[in-house]
Amino acid sequence: MNLNFWLPILMLSSSFFTGLIIFFLKEESTALRTTLNLAGSIFKVFAVHFMAYRLLVLDNIHQVSFSMGLGFDFVLRVDFLSLMFLALSSNLWLVTTIYSVGYLEGSPNRSRFFGFFSLCVTASTGIALAGNLITFFIFYEFLTLVTYPLVVHRETREALEAGRTYLWYTILGGALLFLGVVWLQVITGPLDFVDTGALEALGREYHVSLCIIFLILVMGLGVKAALVPLHGWLPVAMVAPAPVSALLHAVAVVKAGAFGIVRVVFDVFGRDFAGFLGLLGPLAVAASFTIIFGSLRALSQTDLKKRLAYSTVSQVSYITLGTAVIAYFSAVGAIVHLVHQGIMKITLFFCAGNFAETLGLHNIRDLRGVGRRMPLTAIMFTLAVFGMIGTPPMAGFISKWYLGLGALEGGSAWILVILVVSSLLNSAYFLPIVYSMWFELPSGQWKTIRTSRFEAPLMLLVPPMFTVGAAVFAGLFAGSNWSPLGLARQIAFGMGIYP
Amino acid sequence: MPVGAPPERYGNITVPELLILIPFTGAILCFLFPEVLRRLTGLLSAALIFSNSAILTRSIFQDGARRLHLGGWTEPLGIGMSIDGLSILFILLTAVVGLLVSIYSASFFSAAQEQVLARHFWPLWLFLWGALNSLFFVSDIFNAYVVMELVGISAAALAALSGTSASLTAALRYFLLTMAGSMAFLLGVGFIYARTGLLDMYLVGTVADGGPLMAMALGLMTVALIMKTALFPFHFWLPPAHGEAPAPVSAILSGLVIKGSFYLLLRIWFTVFQNSTVTTHAAALIGLLGLIAVIWGSYQAIIQTRLKLIIAYSSIGQVGYLFLLFPLIFMTPDPAWKTEAWTACIFQAISHGLAKAALFLAAGNLIQASGTDDLRSMRNIADKLPMTTFTLALAGVSLMGLPPSGGFVAKWMLLQSILASGQWWLAAAPILGGLLTAAYVFKILSQSFVSDDKKSCCGNVSFVMEKSALLLALFSILIGFRANEVIFLLSEPVFFIIPGGQSP
Repeated sequence: MNLNFWLPILMLSSSFFTGLIIFFLKEESTALRTTLNLAGSIFKVFAVHFMAYRLLVLDNIHQVSFSMGLGFDFVLRVDFLSLMFLALSSNLWLVTTIYSVGYLEGSPNRSRFFGFFSLCVTASTGIALAGNLITFFIFYEFLTLVTYPLVVHRETREALEAGRTYLWYTILGGALLFLGVVWLQVITGPLDFVDTGALEALGREYHVSLCIIFLILVMGLGVKAALVPLHGWLPVAMVAPAPVSALLHAVAVVKAGAFGIVRVVFDVFGRDFAGFLGLLGPLAVAASFTIIFGSLRALSQTDLKKRLAYSTVSQVSYITLGTAVIAYFSAVGAIVHLVHQGIMKITLFFCAGNFAETLGLHNIRDLRGVGRRMPLTAIMFTLAVFGMIGTPPMAGFISKWYLGLGALEGGSAWILVILVVSSLLNSAYFLPIVYSMWFELPSGQWKTIRTSRFEAPLMLLVPPMFTVGAAVFAGLFAGSNWSPLGLARQIAFGMGIYP
Repeated sequence: MPVGAPPERYGNITVPELLILIPFTGAILCFLFPEVLRRLTGLLSAALIFSNSAILTRSIFQDGARRLHLGGWTEPLGIGMSIDGLSILFILLTAVVGLLVSIYSASFFSAAQEQVLARHFWPLWLFLWGALNSLFFVSDIFNAYVVMELVGISAAALAALSGTSASLTAALRYFLLTMAGSMAFLLGVGFIYARTGLLDMYLVGTVADGGPLMAMALGLMTVALIMKTALFPFHFWLPPAHGEAPAPVSAILSGLVIKGSFYLLLRIWFTVFQNSTVTTHAAALIGLLGLIAVIWGSYQAIIQTRLKLIIAYSSIGQVGYLFLLFPLIFMTPDPAWKTEAWTACIFQAISHGLAKAALFLAAGNLIQASGTDDLRSMRNIADKLPMTTFTLALAGVSLMGLPPSGGFVAKWMLLQSILASGQWWLAAAPILGGLLTAAYVFKILSQSFVSDDKKSCCGNVSFVMEKSALLLALFSILIGFRANEVIFLLSEPVFFIIPGGQSP
């Protein structure tokens, strides 16, 4: 068996077939479903680490490609960047699965939920593995399809409304991406992510078209990456169950968009060529605007999940911002933030889900004094908040540090101002929550929705512990070669943009 | 003219002849036999036609296109048959859809009150199948007229099958329209014969000039076939006719019959009038109508509230894509992109045929389970009819043109050739059309995510019916992975010459 070929395929199938089988399970067969889900996700985690070992230590190239007969190949290819995204998505799939099992206990339509959940992970795995823009597009559209049922899972009028909004945005984005991908293909033929430079070789007469294509591609991806003004779906989609929001914000949808922008800038156009075309300046401005706008909107939200959603709008754009500056450190900052934002944001959503599920708290006002009632959750929430703000030694600090260094190095000092303002705004909308959790008195009796031995069911407590632990360790041990930062450096080095 | 290796034979009869003979014989037998035997005969004929189509496809795939002469008489006396990559693709499409629809119908009509329908259904359907097969083999324009009449009459009779007053009105309208179309076509045949003294498509093609008589003939034939293919603004007959018919009939009408007239239109434009007469203005006009059809049909589909009407209006939109072929072929300088456009449209025809048949069969399941095809009856079906829901979703994905379905391959190639030809205005069709399609597909699907506690859904649907619809939907997805073979068949030396370019 040739592992270089089969490992990527196995990686996709581990969640794809899990999902398909789960659809056909009876609603009542909880144990079987959970076992299958866990088996699939544990297998995937092992496979990713095995693959990482083979790639990083043994230097094996994993590649799958077969012809679709359309002038392009379906290519799955593992490079460092895909590995990083894979590691993120597979690990977070595992913890989110555990969390969802606890969260959805006893609620209806679980087979449907877990089926689409696994398919959603398949899609983000495919996005990570895609070796050219067309394969990326295939999985990107697949992701749209399979996340819709998760958004409308609650089946309320509000959820259906949100689903409709979500679809309009994402399908429109998909159509734009389609146009951009086909146009690029007409001009250059199929472009694998490894052949950067092909666009540079084109003559001057193509430059205008290339600029338009870049714009179309970024707009198409920007819908999922929630670049303002294409972010409208994200706060609305908050009606979904907490684990869905967690996954959507941390790895699946939003990250797919951000990851796509990274791919387009680094691996399709090539960052220097994109800079030469004058495309990165506007991109940086758009990202900065999104960062500030998202934070400002977050300030005025009173619903906890809504505030987290606007915070995502703002935080994910750090990735775009980092890609848009021509500097060594910016690239590293952008790539590392892909992971850091994921683990911190998923913790926040897990905690928000815990508050909602055990005490029925949705509004920020209701969180007063919750630190006494649910200390563990509140501690994890607080840690993640500090990470988001960028306090050392949390993971978020590392990202911001590198982004700031990159801004200075790239000669765009104004970005530093954006980063500082954004951090201030982050504090302004996060710290009051922390303050009222710990230092204010509860406004009344807690009404317990779900009783358990600890402050919340164990399955809801363990997953955020993992992720917040990861966020702390990613910051503490950032210097290690195996930390996200170490990997991000290697990636940037492999791309030839890090010395 | 390329003449391939001798075809497989059974005694004196060749496989292509069998493909015409079996359905007609089956139709007569079905007419004579009582119920159980009738159903068996129908299924047996379907199986035989399918296997022979498969055999013929393989032999065309290996040996290339060929011409045959019925009874050994050559033209101008005999009846010629031509089989190339294009005809074999349509034969195969008809065989796959036909077989699954036949299997579906065997269960669909089993309820006692529908016995009276089945008695007419089987003979008419096999008759129609035979006529369609003949249509795809036809090589002279007069026979084209004859088989087109056969198709039209049997299709109109099938549309009237359910016998309700709505369906009778719809079928009568359809019948009158198809008759008018046939008359116009016949007139065109007369003009051509008067001018050239020939009927064989290829021979006419070699001598056709751009004179007024030929231009008139082309115009008449084009209008006739456009009416039958339900291109905007001649689409008005389609939604009632397809929407009121029983499910398997709708599947046949939408999936196959409108493809028959489109096929003939391709023959007329690219074989009979291959290097003369056709002007770019006419091609652009047809393309414009196609573009409007895509948008108008999809928009109409969005505002419907009955499942079958949504699917029927969707056909108008999806058929619109096919007509983008004309401006792309006649206004693109680069032959490579012509081939691309050509392949795209054939692919669209095939994947639409499969997906649309699947959708109508799934709608039939829904009606059988809940008694109505109002969209609200879709609630709760995900639990009760998971396969039917899945079918709707898969076929919807193919219609929307999302990867990796057949519809995606079609839209991909279409958009590529549009961009390469520089005719930007046409790009609105795949982009905007895709969005509108997504809107109505999700209008259907989102209902299935709603649980309605007040209403308990539905009766049971037989295993066979659910699975045959699902298979069709699966094929419409899977064909996206086998694009290579289809492209190969279409690139075979065919009896087509595209003006200013290589034969595609």
